[in-house]
Amino acid sequence: MNDEPLWSIFLNASLVNNFVLAYFLGICPFLGVSGKISTASRMGAAVTFVMLVSSACAYGIHAFLVMIDAPYLQLISFIVVIASTVQLVEMFIKKVSPALFRALGIFLPLITTNCAILGLALFQTNKGYDLVQSLTYAVGAGLGFTLALVLMAGVREKLDLADVPDVVRGTAVTLMVAGILSVGFMGFAGLGG
Amino acid sequence: MSSEVMTSPTDEFLKGLWRENPVFVQVLGMCPVLAVTNSAINALAMGLASTFVLVMANAAVSTLRNFIPKQVRIASYILIIATFVTIVEYVIQAMSLELHKALGAFISLIVVNCLILGRAEAFASKNTVPRAVLDGLGMGLGFTLALFCLGSVREILGSGALFGFSIFPEGYQPWVIMILPSGGFFTLGAWLLIFNAFAKRRAARLARQEPAL
Repeated sequence: MNDEPLWSIFLNASLVNNFVLAYFLGICPFLGVSGKISTASRMGAAVTFVMLVSSACAYGIHAFLVMIDAPYLQLISFIVVIASTVQLVEMFIKKVSPALFRALGIFLPLITTNCAILGLALFQTNKGYDLVQSLTYAVGAGLGFTLALVLMAGVREKLDLADVPDVVRGTAVTLMVAGILSVGFMGFAGLGG
Repeated sequence: MSSEVMTSPTDEFLKGLWRENPVFVQVLGMCPVLAVTNSAINALAMGLASTFVLVMANAAVSTLRNFIPKQVRIASYILIIATFVTIVEYVIQAMSLELHKALGAFISLIVVNCLILGRAEAFASKNTVPRAVLDGLGMGLGFTLALFCLGSVREILGSGALFGFSIFPEGYQPWVIMILPSGGFFTLGAWLLIFNAFAKRRAARLARQEPAL
């Protein structure tokens, strides 16, 4: 059992060890959907929601697998739960906002293969968080992901107007910007212990 | 991709190494690329583990390609991949606990490497077993090569060593930033820049030749 206070878990997940900029989880959507602030923030919301649901499920599954003594099934059951949650969110978004559904495009089903979500489930299990701690961790990680995505989108919106040399245009310049953002986030190190 | 003319087996293997390199050209599977490349040995281990999963998953998917119903194919592929990843994780743990600790959760995260699912969907599900295996091997080795490129640059600059042997004279001040997360972004950005520059030059050369033909 882990008795880390909740505020510390939250700060850790969202700022100090930001999932995108420090752990490199969820880089694909980070590079793929960070073109516009509006899309980025909604993608962040979708990911946060999936994280919350799958975190709660992962907690339950882990408890169950420990009970029946089958830890080797952990990975397989986690991924199945995540895939079904994503399917659910996809149907929900398609019904509620078809415009957003089109804007997110292929990246919506790809939340399944978003390492941030599986990573969250694995980390919370490794760290031995209880249910409340896991949920706090999920919210923190989701907000951290959204924050990174929105910051990146803001920079890229400006970058579109800038006169960048032809060779660097595209992924190369995006990665450089991400590196600089990551340096900025290193400033949070030590915060919250 | 596979609907084009039949390519020779060697070509199937070589395309992953260079022309369609998963990291530098297709920009797939970025998470492990950035996360575990802070030293050359971690990068190699990660690359080889991914290669194994890629080859086995390609072989399995290709064998079962006529049995898996189209509607549930993605879920089935993920299950196949997850099985092999679990095997790899236990094997690494048994072989070297130290390595297992260094790679941490990223071994399990091979499951969600878009490269592997991508190859299963785009190639293995439409091709025969030997071709799928060759494709997996080529892509996997290309992935390993890219990881090694990043890992060695980051280790040389970040700690002045390669595979743990120091290669710079005593007075060398290591660039600590290179082994920190931001260094990963910078190094990958620089590699992509080099690849882009080459691609641009080749495109320009082809464009010049075109009118002459």
